[in-house]
Amino acid sequence: MSRTWAFASNYLIYSAMAVYTLAFLAHAIETAWAVRVPNDTTKTLDYTRTEKVARVATAMMILGFILLFAGVVTRGISAGRVPWGNMYEFSITGALAFTGAYLGALRKYDLRWLGLLVSISVLLTLGTAVTVLYVPSAPLVPALKSPWLVIHVSTAIISGGVFLLANVIAAAYLYLDNMETKGERTAWAKRLPSLEVLDQLSYRLVAFVFPLWTFSVIAGAIWAESAWGRYWGWDPKETWAFITWVAYAAYLHARVTIGWRGRRAAWLCLLAGSTFLFNYVYVNIWGTGKHTYSGL
Amino acid sequence: MSQQTELPELDSVGILRYAWRQLTSMRTALILLLMLGVASIPGSLFPQRTQNPIQVGQFFKDSPELARWLDRLYLFDVYGSPWFSAIYILLFISLIGCVLPRTIEHFHSARALPPSTPKNLSRMEHHSTWIADGSELEAARAWFKSKRFRVLEKDGSISAEKGFARETGNLFFHLALILVLLGISFSSLFGMRGEAIINIGERFVNTPTSYDTLTYGRLYKDGNLPAFMLTTDKFDAQYNLETSAPEDYTLDISLLREGGSVVEKKVIKVNSPLTIGSTRIYLQANGYSPVVTVRDSKGNVAFQGPVPFLPQDSNLRSIGAIKVPDAEPQIGFVGSFVPTYVRDPNGGGALSAFPKALDPRLLLAAWAGDLGLDSGIPQSVYRIDTSDMLQVGLKSLKPGEVFEYPGGSIKFEGYIQWVNLNFVADPGKNFALLGGIVAILGLLASLFTRRRRIWIRVGTQVEVAGLAKNDAPGLDVEIAQFIRILKGEK
Repeated sequence: MSRTWAFASNYLIYSAMAVYTLAFLAHAIETAWAVRVPNDTTKTLDYTRTEKVARVATAMMILGFILLFAGVVTRGISAGRVPWGNMYEFSITGALAFTGAYLGALRKYDLRWLGLLVSISVLLTLGTAVTVLYVPSAPLVPALKSPWLVIHVSTAIISGGVFLLANVIAAAYLYLDNMETKGERTAWAKRLPSLEVLDQLSYRLVAFVFPLWTFSVIAGAIWAESAWGRYWGWDPKETWAFITWVAYAAYLHARVTIGWRGRRAAWLCLLAGSTFLFNYVYVNIWGTGKHTYSGL
Repeated sequence: MSQQTELPELDSVGILRYAWRQLTSMRTALILLLMLGVASIPGSLFPQRTQNPIQVGQFFKDSPELARWLDRLYLFDVYGSPWFSAIYILLFISLIGCVLPRTIEHFHSARALPPSTPKNLSRMEHHSTWIADGSELEAARAWFKSKRFRVLEKDGSISAEKGFARETGNLFFHLALILVLLGISFSSLFGMRGEAIINIGERFVNTPTSYDTLTYGRLYKDGNLPAFMLTTDKFDAQYNLETSAPEDYTLDISLLREGGSVVEKKVIKVNSPLTIGSTRIYLQANGYSPVVTVRDSKGNVAFQGPVPFLPQDSNLRSIGAIKVPDAEPQIGFVGSFVPTYVRDPNGGGALSAFPKALDPRLLLAAWAGDLGLDSGIPQSVYRIDTSDMLQVGLKSLKPGEVFEYPGGSIKFEGYIQWVNLNFVADPGKNFALLGGIVAILGLLASLFTRRRRIWIRVGTQVEVAGLAKNDAPGLDVEIAQFIRILKGEK
């Protein structure tokens, strides 16, 4: 029974990857076509002609999200627990959270220019997950058997997805800012939002998710107290979670209290986000300590 | 004219005041915050004494010169180092210096009424004006009340203000961080942490000598150890048959509390520690203790009992030492225990194929000579210093088998399991938790509350305007709604 579910999960993940590939291609076509149809001297691109392709791309992103969601759920069913027991599972759930954050933000802002980047990074994450990180579905070790697994890990993954989205937007800000200082935006970049909007958006994402990250760290501390007999032990994972927290706290202070905007704020946002990535990649795979559940 | 620029003379109070201002400035706080993040990094790159003393020892063995230098910079004790402490103490002083005056100011301004309506509203944001019909002031009063604005009404105008929760939340967040720090310090002064390896079936009496390691806070006294006694009755470990990964550990104990006459049966599991008063007991590790009987050449028992061995891998291949100082000459056994024996394909050693004892084997090397126990240098109970000893035999034993060597014999009677229990008293824990909860609530209030003012003046014309602090979004929508209400539109 559990094997059937595990196979189903694998097929769903592969299908999601196929659909994300289609989404990626549609986004690529959309970007490329619009570039090839320069309309007039103002160099503004006409996106009405690629609107249909853009809609297809978004539909594919939604379908990919649904398939991936089903893949994550069936993985959980196959193991008889929440699917957050090793790095393969963290990665597929993380990719799900990242697409979720993108689709959620898409409801409010026209972020389709980000689709190319989102689909390729999800594809890379899933690709790494199924090739390098894959481990067979198995029950949890005793230390992970706790209701806090659901609370701590889900909030950490959601926070991570949103932090990364804020990072992508901050990077886009820096890139476009660079372009604008040198002269005019190139044709395809004209559809991207103004610098002010990007600046505000990455800040809002961070401000929205920082309390959740704080909660995730505290939930982890409560769990650590009952599993390991101490709520804080400077385990490498805990240390880097703390560093991430401090970095985003500094970012929020720099913005709200000192009034940093633009380049400096974007760099600080990137720095904070990279501490999260470092924690996920380095500490999970090469780190020592009590958080070594990657299964590698 | 003097060549030198005249500086205002600073007396010592002036210097102190200047230093205080610098320390409590937002810029300094931000730099300290970033420094705290950077300062935490080395602790995750170098092994730390508090987490992994064995790895620190290995580092000293591998590269002693580098290790000595790193040690001088406290890089093996980062989180207790003077420079790390200096950063967070300065940060918290800076925080207190910043937050306390703000708290007092906020307390006063929260009790004060909003400032009166500015003379020229047209210079404010979201300004709009229309012909009055006389009912507007009444409607505005009701609307402000229903929206819980704080209002000041004067000369046909209302000045309303809302969003104090922003600053309140912000202050609570920072005060809560101080509470977390106090909780941590309280624990380090009054807390206790100890661990003990206990063979299943043995009794543990809660006195300092029963522990393998025991550390106290500076203000903790020996007498504070709660009096109780426990016996480990049964230990059950479940493993996955395919992967050997542990699935469940259960420890049954009998507990006798101070003054208690009834023995209570309790269960300790990972993730569900046992709480006795202020002490909590955690199941942290487990392993095997081979039970042996050592006899001298005349057949007299020189040693008998279980000896805890230390697990080396996930299949619980364990190593240990059996020391018999009473034999003449002294005898020591360097041993390894495998719960499920398989032959090591590389070399003739033994490996374990599964963590449960399906086919246990005890491999022993017997050494005779001087164990070095009288030298006064503390020794590991799991290792033997064989520099003054001579190997007299080598043998692999199944349960019940006897190994005879020149000068005596050892019988492998069987095995029992041991558990490693952690005993922790952490009295500041709840303050830290409370601090954490308040911090999140404060954070939510401060990030999602918008502070804004709305004014209305009614004469022959109605004038409405507003002002949002910190560029808070949404005021235009709110004022548009306000105007619709005033005009009597739906």
